[in-house]
Amino acid sequence: MTKSHLEITNVQMAFDTQDGPFIALENVDLKIRKGEFVSLIGHSGCGKSTVLNIVAGLLQATRGGCVLNGHEVNTPGPERAVVFQNHSLMPWLTVYENVELAVQQVFRKTMAKQERRDWIRHNLELVNMAHAANKRPGEISGGMAQRVGIARALAMKPSVLLMDEPFGAVDALTRAHLQDSLMDIQQELNNTVIMITHDVDEAVLLSDRIIMMTNGPKATVGEDLHIDLPRPRNRVALADNPTYVHYRQDVLRFLYEKQRKLETIAPRRGRQKTETNSDETSAQAAKA
Amino acid sequence: MATLSQTAPSPRGLRWLRALADKLSGRSLAETGRQMLLPAIGIALFLAFWHLAAPQVQTSLGAFPGPADVWEQSGRLWQAHSNQRDRADQFVIMQEKRNEGILAENPDAEVKIRDYPSAPTFFDQIFTSLGTVLAGFVLATIIAVPLGVMVGLNRYFSAAVNPLIQIFKPVSPLAWLPLVTMVVSATYVSDDPMFEKSFLTSMITVTLCSLWPTLINTSVGVSAVNPDLLSVSKVLRLSFWTHVRKVVLPSSVPMIFTGLRVSLGIAWMVLIAAEMLAQSPGLGKFVWDEFQNGSSESLSRIMVAVLAIGFIGFLLDRIMLLIQKKVAWNE
Repeated sequence: MTKSHLEITNVQMAFDTQDGPFIALENVDLKIRKGEFVSLIGHSGCGKSTVLNIVAGLLQATRGGCVLNGHEVNTPGPERAVVFQNHSLMPWLTVYENVELAVQQVFRKTMAKQERRDWIRHNLELVNMAHAANKRPGEISGGMAQRVGIARALAMKPSVLLMDEPFGAVDALTRAHLQDSLMDIQQELNNTVIMITHDVDEAVLLSDRIIMMTNGPKATVGEDLHIDLPRPRNRVALADNPTYVHYRQDVLRFLYEKQRKLETIAPRRGRQKTETNSDETSAQAAKA
Repeated sequence: MATLSQTAPSPRGLRWLRALADKLSGRSLAETGRQMLLPAIGIALFLAFWHLAAPQVQTSLGAFPGPADVWEQSGRLWQAHSNQRDRADQFVIMQEKRNEGILAENPDAEVKIRDYPSAPTFFDQIFTSLGTVLAGFVLATIIAVPLGVMVGLNRYFSAAVNPLIQIFKPVSPLAWLPLVTMVVSATYVSDDPMFEKSFLTSMITVTLCSLWPTLINTSVGVSAVNPDLLSVSKVLRLSFWTHVRKVVLPSSVPMIFTGLRVSLGIAWMVLIAAEMLAQSPGLGKFVWDEFQNGSSESLSRIMVAVLAIGFIGFLLDRIMLLIQKKVAWNE
């Protein structure tokens, strides 16, 4: 068995609230190998971002921890680069300067000036943003800014790339382009990636493994699905590939049948329909 | 004229010529004219109202000055200023000639070089006021910005300092003045003072009253940095000073400049009051002296000062706005 690159062990996350501790995550265990592309999928509020923040070091788990390459990690660092949902570029810096900030910080002592400059250019070209190097985030579209966010993360040469719904804030067409770009980059660099997403198609298309989380509170890993589709993957060709469809159905079944989460529906004929899912899902979790 | 802007791309050098031509084109002038029409009408109506209403108000010093009186007095003040400048030049020339004569006869003789003795003119006073307000404003900025950054960054410091800010913020300059005067008199003693005591008193009063908006806005700007940017800074493991320099300060610049603009406006208002009481030779003193003088022209001259004060305040604000536009990245 290959040694795992990143291990999340027995993580519990409890937040202090007025009504007592709110346990968002309980017993989260996850082992990720080097070069794996893992998607984290689940309903809103199931703690996916919390898991990512714990791996990133932006949150401390109340129990359990995270080990990367044999070292425990509980503070943020550039070896676990993060791509946020909103591009989080510094609005007063140009595209080039934004990536430069990361490269300066990480490689100031290990790379020469010209080498750093070439490295920044290289990363911008990787995401097709070299032509806009002198533009400010306010002058480029959301999709382009997100590409720069990815370039900045990649420029840090991270051991793990953490992506928190990276394509959530862009329209569907741009999202498709960005997904394709990401697949190309992944093909070339073979990074270890953890990506949070809501989009089932995106998860099946991009990842090697889909981790499906149960609903919160006390959310945990529900199912772990290995995606055995050959790369490079073409979304159009895969659309009627039976294996793809089957995987997709597995994820949908988990999300919409096993982990059904009904919101309160507006009163129809004076009757309000509410339903919690704790009984059903705990029964399912016990079965799984 | 329209075709001029649609020709083939020109070399960079001629672009400004094109821009100028566009500005002076009939269409552009008409647009500017239209934009200035309503303000011009507003001003004209105001002047008409003032001209008609002023003679109706009779005071012990004569009728309230109308626009014509103000215009006449401003002309006289300018004349007095240029006359005095001429006399001063004459004096300097004469003094030089005399000193040359003395030195020609006796190279070792001591020659005196004196300034032309005179009271400051209205325009001299304007410059004194501007100098004082800028000195006070700069000092206020030097104190308020670093303090604001500290308050914004540290929750505990903020909680400790906030009550003090809230208590001292509303204090009127007229209340600070006696205290500042006494302290300056007691501590600034020197045989050859670089600054007048009245200048220092006015300047310090301006600082005390105008630092609060900058302080508050800076602290708000610093504490409201986009949390995603703070996360980026943590992931990059920026050191504290790098974090402040590269993330916090640039992010807060727009708010800081808003504070600076408000502070400058307050500084100018406070200055006039401070000068009146501290007798610093600026516009405030001019108004006070004219009032004490009580001549038939006093009210008109005070009115000239009022308009000058308003206009300069407007100019100062515009200059700050220009600087803000250059520096603030979100406009």
